[in-house]
Amino acid sequence: MAWIDRRPGVRPRPSLGRRLDLAARASFPATTTVLLMLLLEAPLGITGQAALQPAVVLGCIWFWSLHRPRCVPPPVVFLIGLILDLLAYLPFGVGTLTVLSCHGIAVALRRFLLPHGFAIVWLSFVPIAISAAILMWLLVMLLTFRLLSLAPAFFQAIVTIAVFPALAVPLGVADRHITDLERL
Amino acid sequence: MIRLSIQTRQALARLTLPVLILASFALMLLGKADALLAERARSALADGLAPIYRVLADPIDHARATWNEVANLWAMREENARLRAENEQLRRWQSVALALDAENLRLKSSLNWIPDPDASYVTARVVADAGGLYARAVLLSLGPNHGIRKGQIALDDRGLVGRITEVGARTARVLLITDLNSRIPVIMESSRARAILIGTNNQRPRLVYWPEGVNPKDGERIVTSAEANAFPANLPVGTVRYASNGVPEVEPAAQLQRLEIVRVFDYGVSGLGGSSSALASDAKAGGATKPQSPRRITPATH
Repeated sequence: MAWIDRRPGVRPRPSLGRRLDLAARASFPATTTVLLMLLLEAPLGITGQAALQPAVVLGCIWFWSLHRPRCVPPPVVFLIGLILDLLAYLPFGVGTLTVLSCHGIAVALRRFLLPHGFAIVWLSFVPIAISAAILMWLLVMLLTFRLLSLAPAFFQAIVTIAVFPALAVPLGVADRHITDLERL
Repeated sequence: MIRLSIQTRQALARLTLPVLILASFALMLLGKADALLAERARSALADGLAPIYRVLADPIDHARATWNEVANLWAMREENARLRAENEQLRRWQSVALALDAENLRLKSSLNWIPDPDASYVTARVVADAGGLYARAVLLSLGPNHGIRKGQIALDDRGLVGRITEVGARTARVLLITDLNSRIPVIMESSRARAILIGTNNQRPRLVYWPEGVNPKDGERIVTSAEANAFPANLPVGTVRYASNGVPEVEPAAQLQRLEIVRVFDYGVSGLGGSSSALASDAKAGGATKPQSPRRITPATH
């Protein structure tokens, strides 16, 4: 029995085009996150570009884990974290642990947060961003056996909080345009 | 496909996150146990992404040039006046430099000075920021058979940029002099006192370990020293600036914030070539007390 016949309901037959379309929609969150990361690796000459990369990844993971947790399952989040580790020259495991924790908290809180609208989502992101920056700072210090100044972590937290609305607007538009896969 | 009950599937789904979090810890241990693994993975990823970066480089350059042009249009008149004044001053300096150069040549020839061999170099484009919050480095895009090795020295048109720390098939990573792991033996130009320049991840590296009785002067030029045979002597590094807390720092001569093209020189210095950056920095910090390298030949006097 094909998967389409297993569930009741009326829906179009899964032709190749339709399946490709569904796959593209389902992979949109992860793909755009990775592409944004790659773009921020280019020498754009933006001040504080180094802090922007983890900031954007955390913002994307927070947004998509709240709005479409099925499009960013834990293994995909792990992979995104691994790419962050490689691109941002963090010691292995620092990025993965940070984004996985962010994802876990978002998934646990989504039923509570989503009905309250954007302001609450952003406000609840503030402690997440701060603890993520401190977690990364602590882990980098631990793994490189070096005392680091807290200033970059503080800066990263501020950039992460500030960049979230700028991310959330286009991601929200994209979110409305992808078919509601969560109900499929 | 194995058929699982809904409960089992739900339990498995709930288990993925904790298992992956444990996997992150395992990854940390793995990265700590095998430091080369991370380096190799990064090199492989950079090599794979190099074509994308190379394609991206042109539009980015274009956008940046356009932006600069627009910004420049506003300040054109003042800029023009400033440049005219500066040009006047530079012309005077040029005549001084030419006279000094001629005198230098004359003196060297009368001393039977053995000249340093000319260094060969490769010019490469900076295609990506290979640093992060806690590292300062850039990625160079190279052709195949580039012949670049670890430990070679990168300069831009104004001064020292850093050293090559990782080499891939089509890319190389340059650790900037501002990086936390960077240790460079330097000489203060007017006092000829030796010191070590250590990176702090900030825009200005710090000057440490200068001899007693000598103080770095504000505005003094800093050049590399041939100590430990890691650098050739007299590459321009920057100028001394005192921070507000009284710590002497060095304003790099190279434009480290806006690197576009760098030249990678092969000076044939062997002191630290091939060793890892951490080892290199340790060796260099220790090397400050070693006697002068054999490459610097004292000319015979008559």
